[in-house]
Amino acid sequence: MAYGDKVAVDGLSLTVARGSVTAVLGPNGAGKTTTLETCEGYRRPQAGRVRVLGLDPQAQRRELLPRIGVMLQSGGAWSGVRAVEMLQHVASLHAHPLPVPLLVERLGLGSCGRTPYRRLSGGQQQRLALAMAVVGRPELVFVDEPTAGLDPQARRTTWELLDELRGDGVTIVLTTHYMDEAERLADQVHVIDRGRLIASGSPLELTRGSTGTSTIRLVVTEPFPPSAPGSLQATLGEGTLVQALGAQSLLITGPADATTLAKVSTWCDDQGVLPESLSLGQRTLEDVFLQLTGRELVG
Amino acid sequence: MSHTGTFSPRPGAAPLGRMVLSQARMETRLLLRNGEQLLLAVVVPLIVLVVGTEAATHVDLDLAHSPVDTLTPGVLALAVMSTSFTSLAIATGFERRYGVLKRLGSSPLPRAGLLAGKVGSLLVVEVVQAVVVCVAALVLGWSPTLSPVGLVGALACALLGTAAFASLGLFVAGALRAEATLAVANLVYLLLLAGGAVVIPATSYGGAGPLLAALPSGALGAGMRAAFLDGSLPVVPLVVLAAWAAVGTILTVRTFRWE
Repeated sequence: MAYGDKVAVDGLSLTVARGSVTAVLGPNGAGKTTTLETCEGYRRPQAGRVRVLGLDPQAQRRELLPRIGVMLQSGGAWSGVRAVEMLQHVASLHAHPLPVPLLVERLGLGSCGRTPYRRLSGGQQQRLALAMAVVGRPELVFVDEPTAGLDPQARRTTWELLDELRGDGVTIVLTTHYMDEAERLADQVHVIDRGRLIASGSPLELTRGSTGTSTIRLVVTEPFPPSAPGSLQATLGEGTLVQALGAQSLLITGPADATTLAKVSTWCDDQGVLPESLSLGQRTLEDVFLQLTGRELVG
Repeated sequence: MSHTGTFSPRPGAAPLGRMVLSQARMETRLLLRNGEQLLLAVVVPLIVLVVGTEAATHVDLDLAHSPVDTLTPGVLALAVMSTSFTSLAIATGFERRYGVLKRLGSSPLPRAGLLAGKVGSLLVVEVVQAVVVCVAALVLGWSPTLSPVGLVGALACALLGTAAFASLGLFVAGALRAEATLAVANLVYLLLLAGGAVVIPATSYGGAGPLLAALPSGALGAGMRAAFLDGSLPVVPLVVLAAWAAVGTILTVRTFRWE
């Protein structure tokens, strides 16, 4: 019974269910931030209709804003303001804010609480931005690239907070270009590329694809000739897809059965290349993106 | 949905008054923390007052009143101008640059509330400036003509002057990049300080006098002088300032970009 928040941007049509975590996944420049900013009321769509919590983000902005939290990708604070002072200020604009010390502690901002914003590290600025987005106890938060450039420890801290928000009934819409982030956090993933929606589903649905499909990654010791993907594709025939993942690595998507494996090793022998590793696995979202667009997501 | 946790949604805007107060407090704190702004707000007017008074006693400026009596109202006008125009423009320019306006734009604080907060912080800083300037002037021997009408006139001039300069400052900050705003706001301040009839009466500028009296700087200076020298209500300067406030507001409303 999915009802809720209809989101549409320029041929992009997607719906977010309340209480869920939705990831908008795509490479840089895919239109993720534009999509978010249209929902946040910063941009007026040239065509189409946007409803957030049933409200028009432009016409009913004043009604909507207290109910949502927004994490911008960068900036958003005075250069001379101290970290905790800024958070306190945003908290004071809300009726029932979270206790500031709680957020400071949870996001590890205690050590830099009195540091002016301009002297915070990128990761500290990002965690502060997340804290500002959630301090007003919103129903719905939009987080734009929450962990871009964070170290693993800070990433985990951020993920744990987002998990907990979801557990407490907050709807989360996040953008990311990290596969693992989408797989780890999201109930629903929308893959967009060049402003168009190219796939939607749960991480499992997206990676499972058609029944019996999985992946084989082949890494060889020497760079192979440009003709290699084509020649392996010809060897394997219909029902499998071969794509280059770099100069020494191929991704084969299809039935990862003994027959296919035998064909792959025979092909290696014919080509005179030495396999360094041959690994079977579920498709990752990375593979899905590559298959859908023919391009790598990051890089 | 009976589950309630630490983060369970409980959204809502704070009452408007509380938001405006919070915004005003924040902006005041930041303004007073900034060394350059403080220099502009307090140190420059004090230097103008002290050096001007000292110099005027040596040079015959043909003033009808003592130098400190003539200069102090103008220095008060200068203080209003520095805060409501230059400081406001620079601060707002960088707020745009750093995404502060964008961020606050998605907070419950409405734009009118943000403006009210800014005005509140300007008025607080102006009161601090006025106290400092008046104390210094009294030490230098200032003996203003104090009449109820004059005091009301001075207050009205300060408020309308703030409105006029603040709207023009926001116009500059909303139309130009932050660096250009910084340059323009300081340059205009210096030009008006030297040639804008703010500290020295417009009549001292010869033929340019009537033109200068129509500038917001000239009107604010003349209004303050009329209030404190003659104890009268400066009607013409108030009308001029109101007109500039209207022009500045229209320009700002038409052109201001929040990002």
